[in-house]
Amino acid sequence: MRFLVQQQPAYVYTGGKKFDASKPSVLFIHGTANDHSVWTLQARYFAHHGWNALAPDLPGHGKSFGDAKVSIAANTDWLMNLLDNGNIASAALVGHSMGSLVALDATARYRSRVSQIALIGASVPMPVSDTLMDAALNRPNDAMDMLNIWGHAPQLKWGRNATPGTSTMMAGARSLAQSRPGVMAKDLTACRAFEMDDATLAAIAIPILIVAGSNDLLTPAKAAKALAARLANVTMITLPEAGHSMMQEAPGKVLDALKGFLLP
Amino acid sequence: MSSPKYPRLDTLAVHAGQSPDPTTGARAVPIYQTASFVFPDTETAASLFNLERTGHVYSRISNPTLSVFEERMSALEGAPAAIATASGQAALHLAIATLMGAGSHIVASNALYGGSHNLLSYTLPRFGIETTFVNGRDLDAWKKAIRPNTRLVFGETVGNPGLDVLNVPAVADLAHNAGLPLMVDATLTTPFLSRPITQGADIVMHSATKFLSGHGVVIGGVLIDGGTFDWERSGKFPTLTEPYDGFHGMVMSEESSVAAFALRARREGLRDFGAAMAPMTAFQILQGLETLHVRMPRHVENTRKIAQFLSLNKAVAHVTYPELASHPDHELTKQLLPDGAGAVISFDLKGGSGNAKDAGRIFIEKLSLFSHLANIGDAKSLVIHPASTTHFRMDADALKAAGISEGTIRLSIGIEHADDLMEDLSKALYAAGKAAGA
Ligand SMILES: Cc1ncc(COP(=O)(O)O)c(C=O)c1O
Repeated sequence: MRFLVQQQPAYVYTGGKKFDASKPSVLFIHGTANDHSVWTLQARYFAHHGWNALAPDLPGHGKSFGDAKVSIAANTDWLMNLLDNGNIASAALVGHSMGSLVALDATARYRSRVSQIALIGASVPMPVSDTLMDAALNRPNDAMDMLNIWGHAPQLKWGRNATPGTSTMMAGARSLAQSRPGVMAKDLTACRAFEMDDATLAAIAIPILIVAGSNDLLTPAKAAKALAARLANVTMITLPEAGHSMMQEAPGKVLDALKGFLLP
Repeated sequence: MSSPKYPRLDTLAVHAGQSPDPTTGARAVPIYQTASFVFPDTETAASLFNLERTGHVYSRISNPTLSVFEERMSALEGAPAAIATASGQAALHLAIATLMGAGSHIVASNALYGGSHNLLSYTLPRFGIETTFVNGRDLDAWKKAIRPNTRLVFGETVGNPGLDVLNVPAVADLAHNAGLPLMVDATLTTPFLSRPITQGADIVMHSATKFLSGHGVVIGGVLIDGGTFDWERSGKFPTLTEPYDGFHGMVMSEESSVAAFALRARREGLRDFGAAMAPMTAFQILQGLETLHVRMPRHVENTRKIAQFLSLNKAVAHVTYPELASHPDHELTKQLLPDGAGAVISFDLKGGSGNAKDAGRIFIEKLSLFSHLANIGDAKSLVIHPASTTHFRMDADALKAAGISEGTIRLSIGIEHADDLMEDLSKALYAAGKAAGA
């Protein structure tokens, strides 16, 4: 469905159910140069089990209007405006990669709006190599190859696709190729610049879930573990074999982790 | 860090879609000869039906052996998703039935496989879908044939048996300018000679009966969604962009940003029309795929030799192979098919004082190594006389439009030794020439 966010039409995937403000809401936040479709399986589950599942296309991404934001904070502000316009007092936030930084940022700056957060493929800081940044700015096709190949567990090149008949790697490549020019570089810039100090991280009181992939080459499980060590109310789950694109690579395991965390 | 690379096609042909079976250690692709798959619990069952979880439910919709084939084809074509079908014809039908309904229209090249021509020309009109056939070389004709109700532009990379080469980039451009997808039948070329999605096509289909399986042992097809077409922007495809009552109001283009077409084709087309592939068939095609990159160069090498040989033979009036300088698409072939124009070649016998049809009959009967049958893309060399077999329903004008005459002979060159093939052809040509009084 469409929401007006910051005066521009935004597309929000609702998991096959109509939005209903009386239900608890879970907001799924996608990562760099992605869109809502990374969440469809998990969002469908929650939408059909008593929740509002809201998976927006961030501005400049997918079917949403506007320019991509150049900072994590600007994306957070945009999402909070989405909650305002949906009359959603508070929501659980589930973020992937760049989206996980948005979720963290929201806990610090919009404390009352966030009930709990799940961080998938997360690390703080989220370093972006000079090679990748330079490619994103100057050789976007190379940057897409890097993001897509490093963005999947190595064994995905050969098989183990979770969705029958789908090449997860090729779907990832196609999805990046669909992103609008310049969006990948903006997103990576936002990731690279994000910081959160130990005190702020330790002060987050709400429940936090971290889901890491043991084969994640972009945000390695090691980095997720380091992040977990700086948080107070945290549970960490490491998915064996999964790479950075966990929601596609291991959709059932990601769903199980989220169910365990969000369902009473 | 240096840029990472995708695996090369040769490696994908051998490995894509499968790693050793984690439970049994089986290295080869297991044949999952089962109709259904046990649900671990009732909640998971419900989630599988509602697309909250992925997995196999029933082999009409998906099966692990088929998935390996589908995922391998996706990887080879550089596409997000593929669907195995019972035959090449089933793939074509599935594509059309997914994209349109009664009142729609297709623009297709007139140089199509006879079976595709049958479906488009004789059968689909009964279901309210009309096709305009155009000379594939005439880009203006493609453009002019597009109507407000057109929903698909369709051609073959290399037409069977006329051997016209489709200008995929140019036809894709004009289709896209009209808000339409281009579907290409790439049966004659396979991903080792042409990858149409990288040249602008949006959907690719193959008869896997042919070179993909490569040994003439199965009937099968595959439909591949390139994920390149923007269905929402086009606005002409309600099956992909509007709520589908047959799946709780699902909107395919919202559900999948990169494979809405494949999603609908599987969830509706396989479910309702049911032209699914058998697991054993997928296994046999996979055996073929593992050597496709080794076979295709040999098919092409033999075909090139035979093209030269036929061009020099006195009993032959004309040889049609896109690489020959005499072929109208010679230049386009260099550009689009640098590794070869496939292994199907046709030629016309000199009629002489006798008639071309008789010369053709004698030629075919005198062959001993070439098998006279209705197929192409076998390791074995094959021969047929289209005017009396695959294309017998076409009248003289339609035959001419498809690049065939009464005396046209079509060969599918196998991977035997080229000298043995040429000796066989030599003898038969001599007999045919004598009969024709040439
Ligand atoms: C170019 C082409 N497309 C489609 C088909 C139909 O495929 P099948 O016979 O597998 O249904 C054929 C079969 O001859 C073909 O040659």
